Amino acid sequence: MIDARGLRFAYPNGVVGLDGVDLRVQEGERVAVLGPNGAGKTTLMLHLNALLKGTGELTVAGTSDAKALRALVGLVFQDPDDQLFMPTVREDVAFGPLNQRVPDVEARVEKALRAVRMRDFADRAPHQLSLGQKRRVAIATVLAMDPKVLVLDEPSANLDPRTRRELIETLETIDRTLLVVSHDLPLAARLCERSVLLSAGRVVADGPTLELLADEPLLAAHDLELPEGFDLTRLLRTASPRSRPAASASGP
Amino acid sequence: MSSLRESGVVGDSAIHRLDPRAKLVGLLAVTVIAVSSAAWPVHAACAVALLLVAAAARIGPRVIVRRARLILLPVLLVALFARTAFPPVAAKATIGTVSAVLLGATTSFPDVLHALERLKVPRLLVLIAAFMYRYLFTIVDEVQRMRAALTARGYAPRHALQVQAIGRVATALFLRTYERAERVHLAMLARGFDERMPRLHAPAFRRADALFLTALAPLLAVRVVA
Repeated sequence: MIDARGLRFAYPNGVVGLDGVDLRVQEGERVAVLGPNGAGKTTLMLHLNALLKGTGELTVAGTSDAKALRALVGLVFQDPDDQLFMPTVREDVAFGPLNQRVPDVEARVEKALRAVRMRDFADRAPHQLSLGQKRRVAIATVLAMDPKVLVLDEPSANLDPRTRRELIETLETIDRTLLVVSHDLPLAARLCERSVLLSAGRVVADGPTLELLADEPLLAAHDLELPEGFDLTRLLRTASPRSRPAASASGP
Repeated sequence: MSSLRESGVVGDSAIHRLDPRAKLVGLLAVTVIAVSSAAWPVHAACAVALLLVAAAARIGPRVIVRRARLILLPVLLVALFARTAFPPVAAKATIGTVSAVLLGATTSFPDVLHALERLKVPRLLVLIAAFMYRYLFTIVDEVQRMRAALTARGYAPRHALQVQAIGRVATALFLRTYERAERVHLAMLARGFDERMPRLHAPAFRRADALFLTALAPLLAVRVVA
């Protein structure tokens, strides 16, 4: 589905965002992209929509055309106030499908809002919503475009525990290729069977999430750690083996 | 900032459910007619028309006064300097303000935007107004957080020189807003934005809307005769 080879990108001020990223993601996989601040996670995400263009190769479902990429890959940005810019929730969710000129916009808006349990808020203005609600609507704005791949940037940032849990539950019901960019390791453990560890613009580890999170020295070397008292072995015991395509790892 | 929260639609009535274009055109016409004439019968007729609209929309005097005073007090203060011309200037100002208040109390801001767009107001202007409405609240929240941060560290300006902190806040706010604009633009591109603002559904102009505008037509006659 996603195929990146030797992806490199440097910002105009000389900061290196990506330093040769190789990543392959199969259809239906759920992959967490983990890494400390400044590792290049968001830069990678922007590449998936051709909002930034570096050197190297990047295709999604065989294409690298900007317009096609934006239809295939739905980005949910970290700050929902950036993502929700229309006067009402309904118009915001309709924005993508209207740009795609699909015929069944209304039905798509309904379906997307129902999927994130925000149907009753369709006629509210975004500024009247709580952060958790805004984030759910932000996901709906992308779901309405029916992308093949959903990419979320720090979906759990600044949420209280209950809102965070509800968001995870919502995400669990979404059946698509999922890329979660985060440094919330328990979230990755809960949602994704595979994780990719990004550090200083490179993929430094790629494998089953639970194995990767159990490797404390590796996490520590890249400024990541599990929350104090977090018991990974409990997750190991309760983890239900999902029948998804096996990860095809490709390290640096 | 409570004045900002004190906005939006109040109640529901036949007037509320009119096509926003009809309300925008109708109430704007009342204002233009009042402003273009100095004759008191015209002003009286306009006032009666606004009272009737308010009554039909069931907007009480309290709402109107509370909202109108924000604009009206400073305007009337300025009009005082006109001395002999005070009565007509004050009448024009009051009629214009009350028209705007009635529009605001019966029509949501997004609806006003749709109306402007459908009335072929330049798209760029409508877009600017839409973004201003959307981000006004976000920016006000940011200002309040910054002010709280200043106060928390003991900032209480006593003389003019200490005001420079405010300048820094303004700069920071400008930069933050600029960065946000860039991020919003990225988010728009990600969802296929191509310089055109798409529209979900267009309300139809119905008989009630035509009736509303026809009911206001006698004002025009008064203006011509007076």
